[in-house]
Amino acid sequence: MASEITAPLPGKIVRMDIEVGSSVEEDMEILAIEAMKMENVVYAPCDGTIEKILKKVGDEVEDGEVIATIA
Amino acid sequence: MGNKLVALLDTTGFVHLTPGMIVMWIIGLLLIYLAIKKQYEPLLLLPIGFGILLVNLPLSGLMDENVGLLWKFYHYGIHWEIIPPLIFLGIGAFTDFAPLLANPRLIFLGAGAQAGVYLTFFASHAMGYDIMEAATIGMIGGADGPTTIFIASKLAPQLMGACAVAAYSYMAMVPIIQPPIMRLLTTKAERAMHMAKPRPVSKREKLLFPIISTFVIILLIPASAPLISMLMLGNLFRESGVVERLKGAAQNELMNIVTIFLGLPIGATMHADIFLQPKVLFIFILGLIAFILSTATGIILAKLMNLVSKEKINPLLGAAGVSAVPMAARVVHKVGTEADKKNYLLMYAMGPNVAGVIGTVIAAGMFITLLGG
Repeated sequence: MASEITAPLPGKIVRMDIEVGSSVEEDMEILAIEAMKMENVVYAPCDGTIEKILKKVGDEVEDGEVIATIA
Repeated sequence: MGNKLVALLDTTGFVHLTPGMIVMWIIGLLLIYLAIKKQYEPLLLLPIGFGILLVNLPLSGLMDENVGLLWKFYHYGIHWEIIPPLIFLGIGAFTDFAPLLANPRLIFLGAGAQAGVYLTFFASHAMGYDIMEAATIGMIGGADGPTTIFIASKLAPQLMGACAVAAYSYMAMVPIIQPPIMRLLTTKAERAMHMAKPRPVSKREKLLFPIISTFVIILLIPASAPLISMLMLGNLFRESGVVERLKGAAQNELMNIVTIFLGLPIGATMHADIFLQPKVLFIFILGLIAFILSTATGIILAKLMNLVSKEKINPLLGAAGVSAVPMAARVVHKVGTEADKKNYLLMYAMGPNVAGVIGTVIAAGMFITLLGG
């Protein structure tokens, strides 16, 4: 079952610790979004393998925008 | 020969030094140190600290009426009420009111945190400050530097230096002052509470906001006009999307320039004879109390709103009602993530935070209306 990693708040992606094929565990740190000059860590929503990554470091994301999917 | 030497010595500053001046040097140097080493509001505290040093060098004449350089900065910039409104133009240009528009009831939290302003006002007055001074001291609780300076210039210029330094130093210390109060007044479950996703805000709403607010607020409280008009004009620059250059100038170049002319003369109002009085020094205690009360009343109001509203608010958001933007919102976010690492309150907290800016200006306008000035 595929699950989406979405931006929990609007901002700029400043760190990406995953690539396609990485296996992740729930609550693992996977990327960081900077908003209001503050780095916000985003955690994996579930266990699985990263299937697709739609954004890269430096991209601006909207609240709720899909950043990657987990299969 | 001996007489001439004495006369010559008398033209130097050395023989006119007083112990008070040396104490002020230490205070000035301390502010410069905090600005550089701890990065406490360096844009303000650095020039303020330097201004304190300058005005406590005897015979420099920098604050002499009509002739002194810093006196001119003070008189034409602050006494004439030019600089604080220009700062507000810049604040308007970089403030995104969308988090507030997405959840308009959060404006109550911005208003709730102003209760600290009024409580401190009454407390200060009860302790013997005159009514004008008490209003200025209460304003520190709004956590808004330019507004504090604005109201001090109208109501109590003799307290301006102390109130400005108190406001800016406590703003820098928001991450230290607020969290203990926030933890004291909320349970872990409350802090971990997630907020419902905000609704999207249209461009038209963002564009209409500064125009409608200008009308409503100035019609209600005309005395707030100098600050509100500039705040909303700056915001209109931002949201119109057609005057990028003006927006940029307001929030960068102009803001930076007036900041220089704001800090220096404020430091220069802090001469040893004026500043080193128990009445002035006690302002630092009252200012801290004002900050604490504003934080607490914001949180308590959020909890009260939860009693009547079915869509719950994380009570931490109330603490962001003080207008230290965006520090107070960051603090809320941090305390929220401590309770639940996936609780991203930052953008929600910006709502009461920007509402707090408006709330503080309104509170100032009300003081000016009621007390004259």
